[in-house]
Amino acid sequence: MRGVRLVDDGHWDLLLFARLHRLAQSSICRVTRDSLLNPGLMWLLRRAYTSVAPKHVQYFQTILPPHAVLSSLPPHNTPSEDLTPFNTDWMQKYRGQASTVLKPKTTQQVSDIVRYCSEHTIPIVPQGGNTGLVGGSIPLRDELVVSLANMNSVRSFDPVSGILVADAGCILQSLTDYVAPYNHIMPIDLGAKGSCHIGGNVATNAGGLRLLRYGSLHGSVLGLEVVLPDGTILDQLTSLRKDNTGYDLKQLFIGAEGTLGIITAVSILTPPSPQASNNVILALPHFDNVLPLYRTVKRQLSEILSAFEFIDRTAYELAVKHGQGRGLSEDEIAGAECFVLVETSGGRREHDEEKLTDLLGDLLEAEKPLINTGVLSQNPAQFSSLWALREGVTEAVSKEGKAYKYDISIPLASFKEVVDTTREHLRSKGLLGEHAVKHVLGYGHVGDGNLHLNVCAAEYTQEIQDALEPFVYELVASYRGSVSAEHGIGSMKTHALHYSKNDTSIAWMKKIKTLFDPKGIMNPGKVLE
Amino acid sequence: MRPTSARLLNILVPVKRAVDYAVKIRVNPQQTGVDLNVKHSMNPFDEIAVEEAVQLRKRLKDAVQSIKVVTIGPPKASETLRTALAMGADSAIHIEIPEADPAPEPLGVARALAKLIEREKVDLVIMGKQAIDDDAGQTGQMLAGLLDWPQATFASKLDVDPEAKSATVLREVDGGSEEIKCRLPLVVTTDLRLNEPHYATLPNIMKAKKKPLEKLTPADLSVDLTPRLETIKVTEPPARIGGGKVANVDELVAKLKEAGFTAA
Ligand SMILES: Cc1cc2nc3c(=O)[nH]c(=O)nc-3n(C[C@H](O)[C@H](O)[C@H](O)COP(=O)(O)OP(=O)(O)OC[C@H]3O[C@@H](n4cnc5c(N)ncnc54)[C@H](O)[C@@H]3O)c2cc1C
Repeated sequence: MRGVRLVDDGHWDLLLFARLHRLAQSSICRVTRDSLLNPGLMWLLRRAYTSVAPKHVQYFQTILPPHAVLSSLPPHNTPSEDLTPFNTDWMQKYRGQASTVLKPKTTQQVSDIVRYCSEHTIPIVPQGGNTGLVGGSIPLRDELVVSLANMNSVRSFDPVSGILVADAGCILQSLTDYVAPYNHIMPIDLGAKGSCHIGGNVATNAGGLRLLRYGSLHGSVLGLEVVLPDGTILDQLTSLRKDNTGYDLKQLFIGAEGTLGIITAVSILTPPSPQASNNVILALPHFDNVLPLYRTVKRQLSEILSAFEFIDRTAYELAVKHGQGRGLSEDEIAGAECFVLVETSGGRREHDEEKLTDLLGDLLEAEKPLINTGVLSQNPAQFSSLWALREGVTEAVSKEGKAYKYDISIPLASFKEVVDTTREHLRSKGLLGEHAVKHVLGYGHVGDGNLHLNVCAAEYTQEIQDALEPFVYELVASYRGSVSAEHGIGSMKTHALHYSKNDTSIAWMKKIKTLFDPKGIMNPGKVLE
Repeated sequence: MRPTSARLLNILVPVKRAVDYAVKIRVNPQQTGVDLNVKHSMNPFDEIAVEEAVQLRKRLKDAVQSIKVVTIGPPKASETLRTALAMGADSAIHIEIPEADPAPEPLGVARALAKLIEREKVDLVIMGKQAIDDDAGQTGQMLAGLLDWPQATFASKLDVDPEAKSATVLREVDGGSEEIKCRLPLVVTTDLRLNEPHYATLPNIMKAKKKPLEKLTPADLSVDLTPRLETIKVTEPPARIGGGKVANVDELVAKLKEAGFTAA
């Protein structure tokens, strides 16, 4: 370690600085935070952590059955393509080099793995359904991947209170199916429901399509079981709706993206299923009408309004192009600048339908109509197919090209401005066109002030990346918005955290991280730099 | 020159309110039928029939003089008629039966339709090949029989020549399709491939509220809808038993032998 001097220029992660400092003895060259991006210095980091070695795998084999250990290391020699799914994210944007993936089945096994890793300073990436959109579930280097996929049993369900206790690896859709016969639904729903885990949802504090109605996971999660970075099992799996007994520790793990511990079970409040649901897609001549429309819809539908989703014209057309459900006919969408999906959920069909048709009647007959036209689903198949249009946008964008995704919270009125400004910025850089950026589009949860700004490119390139960042983050900051409304920070946005969190907040976040994870083995390089 | 009235087409589309096809069917505890306290919507084959009538008008323009929809069912069945009106039918007739009455059978329905056709001027009946609730698949054929009209069942393509008073119909048959030519008046029953129904748009849903919906009773048509069949018992199909995993071929062969499979 001779020949390196560390300069505390105020940008260092304290932990990392301390660790490197111990390693560095004399002072010949300067190492600042930025120079770490230099791959030549990456070995420093590698020295600080231990890579998984054959002897570690041998230990893991003593605590896990053979099929729960995947490793490209000898003697296991799992073919590397079997590890690819764990090393590649849903967008195929991030790639890791994990040699070893463990799939524990019990909390005790998770605890044993983590304790061992803590003793040997082996970094861990907790992985759920691997649908995260910010690179959080993918190793930055060769961290050990702990997949929760085998922890997939429901522990209990109380049909009276609606409280569900489930292993973290349960797939969201299967939980929805589990509670359906008891006339309950999950308080969360999102396009990735067929693959994402409830543990992953909690770890990312996923928002999704029902947030407007049922609030965030900070409210509906009643308890968690977490394996802390030293292997201790923190059992906060209570099923109490009210529990004011000191600090609410579980809240820290909701949205921590696996940096404070591995969630192994979740206790969550499931609401009763609505007895009647309806939805409608409305075509709007101007974006400016979205806000007045939202106000009118809220006022007239009041308690039965359960979703208000925005899709701009480009997003709509991509969804249709890639077969995500059917919507309006050609002549109906003529002249529409954007679309809104409104969903109602209530207890009595006749009541809801009357309210909805009154609203629609008023909208169509208004002197200056806010909408051009729309379709109202007539049966469950049409209901799903209208939703598919909205939910399918994410998938359609990845079918169309490579997606740069910015999931931002900004004032509602500026949704279109942000999309247009970004498009113009790319145009001014000569990056708009089939060769580079094919589409710039916006969609999202109007009710939550959350816009998904997507840039769909032919390829991921440094040039586009540089044109977009920090441009987009600065744009968001100029509206005092959030650079990550619901997808999280992962590894994608660590450097952008300061656009939405001030220095004091970040400093305290780092203190909390150090307190839970002094060795920094839990999902290193995610959320905090 | 205006076409003479003799060359104008009047289309009748019978529709049925049925348990929605996406609903999971559950037999009631008394085993007398299925749980009807679930989402209902228009029988999908009837939706195709309404769509076909609307598309015929798009193709033949003014030659289609009227598209009338009719349903025989409880008070709530009028919602199904409103949906058909929103899809583009001009007017509707609801032959209403009390909520508590048993569902009419194909023969009763065919008789009621035949009576109605005596009253109304109808050149073409387009109807579903079957309803997905009782799956009887008989009404269209019985109606053609009662009226002594030609029938073109399981249609996957329909061309009508109002001038010649004839229709060319492609029918789905075993292993392919068959093209037939029929004279009007005619009963056509629809197969899945005939068209893909469009969604009712808001302006049309609103307009549908103001379209005429006439209510009749079976007595008005002097038909008796009393069922002639007795349902003895309704049961669920045996539950599927989940599969199991075997570790290797030997175990698989052992399991197969155990289950009574042997090599021929
Ligand atoms: C088609 C599509 C639509 C989406 N729609 C939405 C949306 O509407 N709203 C929204 O908020 N998000 C959305 N997302 C992104 C969303 O964050 C994820 O889909 C989901 O919440 C992540 O769950 P997962 O099990 O796949 O987690 P992963 O992707 O596996 O992991 C995500 C992060 O959580 C950590 N993690 C996972 N499991 C655990 C655990 N048990 N303990 C500790 N840490 C863990 C990982 O380390 C990682 O940092 C969407 C994604 C896709 C692909």
